Amino acid sequence: MLEIKDLCASLADEEKQILKGVNLTVEAGKVHAIMGPNGSGKSTLSYVLSGKDGYEVTGGSAALDDEDILEMETEERAAAGLFLAFQYPIEIPGVGNMVFMRTAVNAQRKARGEEEMSATEFLKEVRARAKTLKIDADMLKRPVNVGFSGGEKKRNEILQMAMLEPKMCILDETDSGLDVDAMKLVAEGVNALRDKGRAFLVITHYQRLLDHIKPDVVHIMAEGRIVKTGGPELALEVEQNGYSDILAEVA
Amino acid sequence: MGDTQRKVELAQTRLDTISPPQGGWTAEARAAALVRLQSQGLPARRDEYWRYTRPDTLTIATAPNAVPEQHSEDGVFEHLDALKIVFVDGIFDPQASDDLSLDGIIIERLATAAEFDIHWAKPIYGSLEAAGQTPVARPLAAFNTAQASDGILIDVKSTPSKPVSVIYRHKDAGSDVTLHHVVKVAEDAKLELLESGAAAARFNHVLEIDIADRGQFHHVRAQGPDHGCRLVTHLFTRLGTESVFKSFTLGANGLLTRNECVIELTGDDAVAHVAGAAIGDGDFHHDDTVFITHDALRCESRQVFKKVLRNGAVGVFQGKILVKKDAQKTDGYQISQSLLLDGDSQFLAKPELEIYADDVVCSHGSTSGAIDDDALFYLRARGIPVDIATDLLTLAFLAEALLEIESDSLSSAVGDRLEAWLAQRRS
Repeated sequence: MLEIKDLCASLADEEKQILKGVNLTVEAGKVHAIMGPNGSGKSTLSYVLSGKDGYEVTGGSAALDDEDILEMETEERAAAGLFLAFQYPIEIPGVGNMVFMRTAVNAQRKARGEEEMSATEFLKEVRARAKTLKIDADMLKRPVNVGFSGGEKKRNEILQMAMLEPKMCILDETDSGLDVDAMKLVAEGVNALRDKGRAFLVITHYQRLLDHIKPDVVHIMAEGRIVKTGGPELALEVEQNGYSDILAEVA
Repeated sequence: MGDTQRKVELAQTRLDTISPPQGGWTAEARAAALVRLQSQGLPARRDEYWRYTRPDTLTIATAPNAVPEQHSEDGVFEHLDALKIVFVDGIFDPQASDDLSLDGIIIERLATAAEFDIHWAKPIYGSLEAAGQTPVARPLAAFNTAQASDGILIDVKSTPSKPVSVIYRHKDAGSDVTLHHVVKVAEDAKLELLESGAAAARFNHVLEIDIADRGQFHHVRAQGPDHGCRLVTHLFTRLGTESVFKSFTLGANGLLTRNECVIELTGDDAVAHVAGAAIGDGDFHHDDTVFITHDALRCESRQVFKKVLRNGAVGVFQGKILVKKDAQKTDGYQISQSLLLDGDSQFLAKPELEIYADDVVCSHGSTSGAIDDDALFYLRARGIPVDIATDLLTLAFLAEALLEIESDSLSSAVGDRLEAWLAQRRS
């Protein structure tokens, strides 16, 4: 599904190299987790994959179902099936949440040459999906993320994911700023979307999210590289001993 | 040759090309306006009030041509239930217009009513305009009073069952049109007036509105989208006790637009809101000039102007709140903002407050900014192409001004049209 080879990237205005050769393959139907200390390049990886301005790819490749995504515009990557759940979802005053989601769904459909969703069809779909995420009608009507609590913003991300039905979902520290109940709700939303045709890359600092979203593979990232890969037990090891042991071991 | 003399000669040259209607009840007002104009002269580049907008093409004798554009769309308000009055290049079109009768109000045309000697509009025609000449001269409005060929006179005795919609159509590339409308709103009555369309290659428009105590006047207009047109408009209004004036203007395209609004709050507890949203692309100059005088107790005024500019478009805002000595408890608010979609565009704002009363709340603000990169990335990350995402953020920026339209159906009509214009530009 997602194949990253020797990916190197730096900040565009600085010489500073952040990703120093990331190798990672995520298979369809699997959940991979990336853990790592602050500044290891986890969020940068998610931004580079989704095409945010300000980063320069200096080497390597990233392909989604054998298609080179690094050559694509951000919106093309989304239409190709890549989804990034933001660590800090952006507030957009003046743009209604529903209008936003419908525009996104239909833009992607159009880009893929599929038929656009009618207003009624969309409304029915979004209401049903919102209900399972405990998102009320008011949140759908409000401007995108404006006045939403931290938990509401993250649930809104998952709602967008559910509506867009991407192939490859990257969750960038989706657990940050969530209390235990909110985290459960978000995890349930994610689990409901697990599917043999869909893969997840869950970026997190803490093992606790992985109690709810059970990963198949856990990677440890440090200084711009994946330094260790293992099963779910690797996350538990981090939780108990921190990163220092692992980093010392690979150094 | 001195500046004043040059301006006076400019006025004379302009006047020489046209012959104003003679006789009737407007004769006195027209003659007085002519005297004002002849002493003021027409605006010139060095006038402080025209510092940011070149008046040349508004004052030269012959209007520069503007080829009418073919629009497949209907007028902005044409699908609404309203009494329609249509002008084609300034000429009243009786076939396209509805019968000029509506419950509660009397509608007449200036051109046909002018022949009488006595008329209800006589004390208003040209007199609000004349009052609006101090402290700042507005010669193009005086020119209008002197020269207007036609217009609509509406006597609102009680609230009619639907709005009045004036529709302007532009078909002649060389049309040079001067229309003057008068609205008189009686006590406790309310009128909704809509104006839409490109009127002429060059259009000089004056609307005088006299609002009696507790009367209400709601005005929504859509200017555009013909690109080559030049437009100068003046709204003059005088508000009685507890009366309400609300005016919103949507501007799109147009080589040159100067919208002046002169509001005088003369009755206690009156409310005046004036707002505008404009989108300009390329060779576009859009100027909103507002002058609000608070001359009574506890009045509220509000100015909300937003402009979206790209490819070298220029936006101007000159807004002034004057609070006279006895206008205590005045509440004045003013905001002007621009969204600059590239580095070539310009927004020039001149907010002014002049306050002589000591117990007032007045605020003003002006900002210029670009599209928020984070918001743009967020939208694109969800698959929305960059141009559509930019339009969404553009509409979001303008939304605050559209909120100033009180009627939901009018607000959505304006919003839909704005969206359509943006989409059209994309294609």
